[in-house]
Amino acid sequence: MKRILESRWVVLGGFVVGAVLLFVVAPALLSSFRLGLLGKYLCYAMVAVGIGLAWGRGGMLTMGQGVFFGLGAYMMAMHLKLGDAGPGGVPDFMALISSNGVPGWWEPFRSPAFTLVAIVLLPALVAGLLGLATFRRRIRGAYFAILSQALAAAFAILLIGNPTGTGGSTGLNGFKGFLGFSLNDPVNRRLLFFIAAGALLVMVAVARQLMVSRYGELLVACRDSEERVRFLGYDPALVKTFAYVTAAVMASVGGALFVPIVGIVSPNDVGIVPSIGLLIGVAIGGRTTLLGPVLGAIAVAWAGTTLSESIPSGWTYIQGLMFMLVIAFLPGGLASLGGVVGDLRDRFDRRRRPPAPAAAPRVPVPTGGS
Amino acid sequence: MEILVTQVFNGLSGGSVLLLAALGLALTFGQMGVINMAHGEFIMAGAYTAFVVQQVVSSAGVSLLVSLPVAFVVGGVLGVVLEATLLRRMYHRPLDTLLVTWGVSLVLQQLTRDVFGTAGVDVVAPEWLAGPVEVLGFAFPRSRLFILGLAIAAFLALAAGLRFTPLGRRIRATVQNRQLAESSGISTRATDRLTFFIGSGFAGVAGVALTLVGSISPNLGTSYIVDAFLVVVVGGIGQIKGAVIAAFLLGVVQSWIEYTTTASIAKVLVFALIIAFLQVRPQGIYKLRTRSLA
Repeated sequence: MKRILESRWVVLGGFVVGAVLLFVVAPALLSSFRLGLLGKYLCYAMVAVGIGLAWGRGGMLTMGQGVFFGLGAYMMAMHLKLGDAGPGGVPDFMALISSNGVPGWWEPFRSPAFTLVAIVLLPALVAGLLGLATFRRRIRGAYFAILSQALAAAFAILLIGNPTGTGGSTGLNGFKGFLGFSLNDPVNRRLLFFIAAGALLVMVAVARQLMVSRYGELLVACRDSEERVRFLGYDPALVKTFAYVTAAVMASVGGALFVPIVGIVSPNDVGIVPSIGLLIGVAIGGRTTLLGPVLGAIAVAWAGTTLSESIPSGWTYIQGLMFMLVIAFLPGGLASLGGVVGDLRDRFDRRRRPPAPAAAPRVPVPTGGS
Repeated sequence: MEILVTQVFNGLSGGSVLLLAALGLALTFGQMGVINMAHGEFIMAGAYTAFVVQQVVSSAGVSLLVSLPVAFVVGGVLGVVLEATLLRRMYHRPLDTLLVTWGVSLVLQQLTRDVFGTAGVDVVAPEWLAGPVEVLGFAFPRSRLFILGLAIAAFLALAAGLRFTPLGRRIRATVQNRQLAESSGISTRATDRLTFFIGSGFAGVAGVALTLVGSISPNLGTSYIVDAFLVVVVGGIGQIKGAVIAAFLLGVVQSWIEYTTTASIAKVLVFALIIAFLQVRPQGIYKLRTRSLA
């Protein structure tokens, strides 16, 4: 009982520390520009929370999270573009290259309510359909990874091939307002950062609840021995699809906040390369842990910005080497080195389980399906 | 009628490129369950080998014929180095090999960019591949016919090698039952390495063929790797003939949808068709018969 109380306090304490860092310390220390950058990293971190759930806990290597990130981002960007154009107006880039006016499938995005609902529902629908279609037929492991990657490729090609509808390879940019607030006003930009920080905290809380719940145990069981779960009478397809859908929604919300914070979305943010790039932060931080993916994603995004400013081609080498070294030699991520994060994670783990055998690895390393 | 013939030929021609790219992949994936994302960069390495050979040998015809074996060796050596340094350690983590080899592909791409520049380079095609061949009033580009022939020859060579040579027998034994093969005295490790050499070598050959299609750039591999993987998924692992059928099928279907709609819609529709196909045959056209679960 004491242990449970303790760990609750640890979790709550960690949460408060995170909130203070994001809501008080960061705005006080960082310039408006740096705060915007941090906001961008937080958007990547939201995607990472979902990847941690689907990949680290569920064993589904989703190499196409850029699709859901992009769905959210493009829907938000369409809404902002229409908002800038005013009621009945035509967005500037569209007026330049075509005279047909706004395509029919853009029209609903004039409504903020529809946009917000669609940002959650559409990715959930896509992920749900794809998840059920593949997992029900027991397509998994590498096959699923390749299919999710092919989806990212197809999505990027679709965006590029449709310049009148989605801005083609330049994407959508030049937003002026967000739900009626000017995006140039520093106060509003700070508010956006707070929204992103709040969203991230909510997602971490949701992920934590999912991890410690019965469902979380079932998800890990599916990762480690899907057949056994099936023989016990559960449906692994549903369990895995739920995690995949959750990850998709998180990625979509991250994408939707990315647009007003960064001010541009293009196919370069959604294709194969950025989709796989999202994975490395999760791997470095520790894919099975709660906070590892978040911290890893922020750290990698920060390193990416800093290093590509000074040595542009060097960053690609570093990224490649990180994939090679971390995945091959440190599959548990930095958390498995026994950092603070790992200890916290262990506490979450032990709270639910009977005392584990002493020889058990501190951070379970998924072996990956066959 | 003319449209039909042209589209089918375009499809077969696209399929032959896919087949060349996917043959090696099917071999290494089937053999070891290792997914080599750097396979696309091995293709690129083969293409740049053809470029370098052409700088040395001035005659376009000779340089093409010299490039084929040289690119095979270049691709093969790259594959063996990858296998010996990284993949050897992670046979039991097939999903992780995907990401590790992705890292390798990033490094290889950037290396190529730094050495040869970001812009594409051109390899001059020999004169005897210029222009079309007229058959029954239809014009077929010679270079495309050459690639089609090369793909079929590569497949026949691989199939015959697997069927009739001692090494082929060892590879088949390892694919079907690794432990039993091991206990029968086959060194599966050595077999793995040779398989990787051959599979990656085919990637090099595919790269040489691609120089006949257009100019080559460091991004060459990325544009083919996803399609090549889809071919392997649709064809089913462990059997090379699945890859052949899948490659030509995908090529023809894609070229047909592209003709009636646009290239970008074709990509999306083909993806949807593959998902639908996997609902019927989740393990591809040919599956390996095993008694293991699912």
